[in-house]
Order: sequence, then C-alpha cells, then structure tokens
Amino acid sequence: MPDITDIPDVRPLLKATDIDFHLGGRKVLDRVSLQIHAGEIVTVIGPNGAGKTTLLKVLLGIHVTSAGQVWHRPGIRLGYVPQTIPIDPIMPLTVNRFMRLGKQRYSSYAIRETLDLTGVAHLQKAQVHRLSGGEFKRMVLARAMLGRPDLLVLDEPVQGVDFAGELDLYRLIGTLRDRFGWGVLLVSHDLHIVMSSTDRVVCLNHHVCCTGKPDHVSNHPEFIELFGEQVVQSLALYQHHHHHCSDHDGHGPKPPVAVRNKQS
Amino acid sequence: MNDFLLLSWLAGLGIAAVSGPLGCFVVWRRMAYFGDTMAHGALLGVALGLMLHVNLTLGVVVTSSVIALVLLLLQRRQAIASDTLLGILSHGTLSLGLVVLGFMNEVRVDLMGYLFGDILAVSWTDILGIGLGGTVVLVILARLWNALLLMTIHEDLARAEGVPVDRIHLIFMMLIALVIAMTMKIVGVLLVTSMLIIPAAAARNLARSPEAMAVIGAVIGMLAVSMGLVGSNYWDTPTGPSIVVAAMLMFALSVLVPQKKWQ
Repeated sequence: MPDITDIPDVRPLLKATDIDFHLGGRKVLDRVSLQIHAGEIVTVIGPNGAGKTTLLKVLLGIHVTSAGQVWHRPGIRLGYVPQTIPIDPIMPLTVNRFMRLGKQRYSSYAIRETLDLTGVAHLQKAQVHRLSGGEFKRMVLARAMLGRPDLLVLDEPVQGVDFAGELDLYRLIGTLRDRFGWGVLLVSHDLHIVMSSTDRVVCLNHHVCCTGKPDHVSNHPEFIELFGEQVVQSLALYQHHHHHCSDHDGHGPKPPVAVRNKQS
Repeated sequence: MNDFLLLSWLAGLGIAAVSGPLGCFVVWRRMAYFGDTMAHGALLGVALGLMLHVNLTLGVVVTSSVIALVLLLLQRRQAIASDTLLGILSHGTLSLGLVVLGFMNEVRVDLMGYLFGDILAVSWTDILGIGLGGTVVLVILARLWNALLLMTIHEDLARAEGVPVDRIHLIFMMLIALVIAMTMKIVGVLLVTSMLIIPAAAARNLARSPEAMAVIGAVIGMLAVSMGLVGSNYWDTPTGPSIVVAAMLMFALSVLVPQKKWQ
C-alpha cells in the first residue's frame, strides 16, 4: 500500500470546508471539513444516524449545504455507488441495460471490459433482480467505473454481501485504486475491514470526531467512546497491534450499535 | 365499417400508443393511485371549463396539473400519509366536480359520458387532437426517456449525474395530465388510469427491457381497444368499460406466460 504522505503536493480531488447541513430543523452536519487526493482511500465511519450518507450526498452535490463550501477539482469525474438501489421487479432490466442508463454513451466493448474488471461480465444478459447481493454491488460498482472516474464514492459498498464477499470487494476496490490511481471515498459500518484496507479514516458523529491513519484513529478517546471499549479491543487484535490501554474509560463499554462484531 | 366506428377505433389506437409507454412509468414509479387522483380531478377541470367557457381539454390539463402539484407539495410535508392524501384529493375533487356541474342548470351535461367515456361521439377534430397531442407526448417522452429511467431507478444517482430531477418530474406530470385529457373521452375519468396501468402491467411478463415493455404495452393497449370496440358493438355493451375488460383479459393471459422462459 503506497504511503500517501510521499505523494507530492497536488490539489485535492475534492475539498469540503466547514460544511453545515440542516434537515428538518436538525443539524445533521456540523462544520465538517474533509479532503481527498488522487490515489487515496478515505473511509468515513460513525454510528447509525451520524450523517455519513448525508455527508456523501452533500459532497456529490445532491444536497446543498446550509453553510460552508464544497469544492471539486475542475473537470473531475465522479462515480457514485449508492447504499441501495431497490429496483422493483415490475421493471424488466438486464445488467447490460443497467450499464447504459444515463446520458453518457458507452460501447459494448467498454461495458464488457468494465464488468469484467468487477468480475460479473458473465451476467451481462441476466435480469438485475435475479442477481445476488454481491453480484448486484459489483454491477453498480462497474457502472460507476464506466466513465473512468477520478473519484469513486461508495456508500456502504458491502451492505448485503456475505463476509467472504466483503473481503473480496474491499480487495477489489484496493486493486482498482492501485491500478488506476483513483481516489476512493467510502462510508462503512465495518470497522474491522476498514481499519485494514484504508489509508485514512474520518470518524463522524455529526462533527468530525477525529481523522487520520487507522491506528491513530482507533486509539483516539472520542473514537473509543463512540464505538465502545470491546469493539476497539477486538479491532486491535484484528490489526495485530497491541492496544494501548486508554485512560479514558468514559461511561464504560457501550454496546456497539452500528458495528457488526466479526471477531469475538 | 361504420364511419363512427372507424373514428372511435382510430382515437382508441392513438391513445393506446401513447398510454402504453407513459403507463410503464406510472407502473414503475408506483403512481397508479396518483394517476387516478389526477384523473378524478379531471372532472373538476371539465366543470370549471364549462363554467368559465374555456376549452375543456385545457381545463382538464390545467386542473390535473394543479392537483398533481398540490399533492407533491403536501407529500413533501409528510404530515399526513400519502395514501390518505390521495384519498382526500381523489374523492374530494371528483365530488367537487360533480357539485359544480350540479350548479349549472343552463347546460345539459352528459355526466355518464364524462364518467365512463363516450367513444362513439368522437369527431375528426378529436382525432386531430389525439394525433397532435399524442405525438407531442411521445416525442417529449422519448427525449426524456433515459433521464426519466435513471431517476425512476435511483433519484439521488440521477441528481449526482446532473439530471434535472425536479424539472423532469414536473414535465412528466404534465404529460400524464395531457394523456388523461385525451383518454377521458374514450373511457371516462373513472377508468382513465386503467389505460395507463393495465396494458403496461400486461406487458411486464413479455418484456426483457424497459423499452420492450413500453412497445408491448402500446400493442396490448391497441389490441384491447380493438377487442373492446368489436365486443361492445356485437353485444351492445358500454364501450369504455368493454375496452377495460378486454385489457384485463390480456393481463390475465400475460400472467399465464411462464416466467422462466422470458427472464
């Protein structure tokens, strides 16, 4: 994995400065700042309802900020993979047709090649509602990759995928980043995999609690308070690091609400 | 063939050609009841048109569009559940239309004709209107097709890719209003949405792509119109309902098509 600090100073792909976002009178995002550079995998983690998906939508321009600025590098191409795409079976739709949705036109060759990259080229003629969770994710990922994006934005890329499939998908995302030098911004619940396959972590609970390299973040008191002592300890085991016992025991170990505990 | 039969057949074919593709989106976007509400509001449009002495088609299109807008605004506030809102506006506007018509003693209104259609009263002017209106709707629909399809599948994804979602949504609603105004004469406000929904739903099992479903929906609508007209002429049954019954029969047949083979 390349050390991102060695990358020469270039403009970020995307930069958010002090963004606020209100929804139904509630402040969902509170002075959030964030930037992503080419070739970097940045993961946003945080409990349910922390504003992770909202942050992505603001960064993508789907929502308009209440305050603060979102800056995109001019001419940037974005690929977006939403959390879920519930396609009603009343709509007949093949994988091929799904790939051709939208304004851009792509050749059959480009479509086959991209589906091949994510490993689902053999399903081109299948109806989308017959796909498994993992196959569906790979198809959506392929569509986001069709335009050869500078920045790939993925919301919970492994939701609805089994454990082996999760590892595969993260490995695939890492490989694609290495191969094409894309920036990757993803939202995840899954601390274990996140910590082992990302360059930088942003821990979000309406505001940015802490940010930095995975091992730095996992020792941060606010992170430990948010996810609970137990989870953080199992995380440390997973990473094969020794967990530095924090003095901050807060309110005792909280149940890990948003975290599936793979390792007991 | 009788002249009036030919006219009503042409009108029915024109409407089926348009409501097949448009109806697919009504079905995909789960707007069946929404369309029904707009259709019921059309009677209010007729009443207002008669009262204000404006073109009835214009009255229907404007009234249905306004009702659609009000619905969208109220739905956004989410204080009342969507289906309750639809129920209120659907029956409220239908009743309001009937009440307004009741006040107008000076005009003899063929109420049954508006409620259940009067296809045999179709004139060459109506055919011209359906031809022009239908062409406009189909051309706009074809131009918006990909964007509309993407936002039907995932609205945020469409927004992220620069689709002007709100504007297209508005245009789509006006297309429905236009088709309702055109279809009203054939099957009446109470059955208008059936021409949007039943052929599209019947096409589902026979299609492997959204585009195929649109075309097959149009063809099924045309067959239903033809069968309904022949049937109503032969058995002397009401024409609008006969067309809807024919469409329903085609839907029932489509369900029998084995799924595996087509998917």
